[in-house]
Amino acid sequence: MTKMPVYMDNNATTRTDPRVVAAMLPFFTEHYGNAASRSHAYGWHAEEAVETARGHIAAVIGASAKEVIFTSGATESNNLALKGVAAMYKKKGNHVVTQATEHKATLDTCKRLERDGYHVTYLPVDKFGQVHADQVRAALTDKTVLVSIMAANNEIGTLQPIRAIGRLCKEKGVLFHTDAVQAVGKVPLDVEDMGIDLLSLSGHKIYGPKGIGALYVRKKDPRVRLEPQIDGGGHERGMRSGTLPVPLIVGLGAACELAKTEMADEVARTFALRERLRTGIMARLPETYLNGHPTERLPGNVNISFAYVEGEGLMMGIKDVAVSSGSACTSASLEPSYVLRALGVGDELAHSSIRFGIGRFNTEAEVDFVADLVVREVSRLREMSPLYEMAQQGIDIKKIEWAHH
Amino acid sequence: MPYSDKVLDHYSNPRNVGSFDATDPTVGTGLVGAPECGDVMRLQIKVNPDTGVIEDAKFKTFGCGSAIASSSLATEWLKGKTVDEALAIKNTAIVEELALPPVKVHCSVLAEDAIKAALKNYQDKQDAGDEAEGESSRVPETAGV
Repeated sequence: MTKMPVYMDNNATTRTDPRVVAAMLPFFTEHYGNAASRSHAYGWHAEEAVETARGHIAAVIGASAKEVIFTSGATESNNLALKGVAAMYKKKGNHVVTQATEHKATLDTCKRLERDGYHVTYLPVDKFGQVHADQVRAALTDKTVLVSIMAANNEIGTLQPIRAIGRLCKEKGVLFHTDAVQAVGKVPLDVEDMGIDLLSLSGHKIYGPKGIGALYVRKKDPRVRLEPQIDGGGHERGMRSGTLPVPLIVGLGAACELAKTEMADEVARTFALRERLRTGIMARLPETYLNGHPTERLPGNVNISFAYVEGEGLMMGIKDVAVSSGSACTSASLEPSYVLRALGVGDELAHSSIRFGIGRFNTEAEVDFVADLVVREVSRLREMSPLYEMAQQGIDIKKIEWAHH
Repeated sequence: MPYSDKVLDHYSNPRNVGSFDATDPTVGTGLVGAPECGDVMRLQIKVNPDTGVIEDAKFKTFGCGSAIASSSLATEWLKGKTVDEALAIKNTAIVEELALPPVKVHCSVLAEDAIKAALKNYQDKQDAGDEAEGESSRVPETAGV
């Protein structure tokens, strides 16, 4: 039997893989040493486990183990990368380049840098949510110290051309950071081939535990230096102090190991499920729009706007599936999704959007159930929608003078 | 987001969904909200011209569950009331009945606006006499279902 509600919000977070949990458990109750304790077996065992995990994390992005710094999650990794580089290279320049649909962990960090006197360029994206290397090239100045462009977007799943951007940065001698939280395990990543100097990743987006992340920091060609944001015992090459959470690190390592070994199968499977869901909904419902890139997107992500139906209202009707909406009503800000706005999606369609995030544990039966449910509820709500009635009568909704409130 | 049982009931079993012929002189139509803001309500009343009693009410709403519930409830409350009694319906009563949380109070405000707009549209038609044709300029549709 399918468990209700069906979990289809894997871009928000994922279930911790039971194999990951099993790997973690002994490090709570048996091997509970401090990885920094050099004087006894408890410490040695913990340190060994941490270094094994570091190796698995490095392997999934083509790095070497010594280049991986543990953090509390990708928000901290992004903060450390941006603020750490900006502070360390202040004498070289004060300009950072990023783009409009980055996660708030990047955008709000950039806002902080601006308040501290840095200049930030926020590149616009095209209608699919992509930014292009030539835009980055045009934005670079002799004061640019860092370019930060995400590998894949969390809302619309759009993949960015990070290889082209990374190579451009190499050519120009500018550091390149990518927030790869959504991409790890779903898209092949190689920091050497892609010219990446810093890379953020997170445990809980890849079937690992919450509360752990990592930042890849390149050690040579060039050796990237960072101003630490947390001071203390000098852990993690002095870049991030704090006792290492060994069970979480073991979990992140196990999650990365699985991500690497199972990526090919998992990508094929989630892609097939995504296409089944997309066609199962869009082929049966007129006036539905796919947000993001049609092909250059995460295998498990579908983001659809349903014209004439409001997103939160729809989510209430499909409460047997756990998804997210770009509707203002679901956010504290009362603004519709800034990501969809950046693509040029009108506010009324942004309000009508639902993000489906298919992951490792979703099944074909769940996908069929969700497609049927969505088709039924959208049809029901359209019959209840004055906008749908007007559209059926040929009235142009955009020509009506609405009373904004 | 937790919804009250009453919101869930109105959302799942909305009362009085539908349309009247907006050109009917005994019908008042109120269309409020905006698609860009995420909610649009259309509320219609059908008034007995002899008694001034609202004999029927219908709605269609684009919006969240609370917006749908607020307008569904409004149609229930409107039926059987005179135009003057209907004018006294306040959004706070809707908030109370549906146990709307603070972030959803605007749904009840919109429902009150829709009631007022429908009543005004009906009154305008009466003032314009029996030849009244159509309705206020904000509502361009010409025929109901």
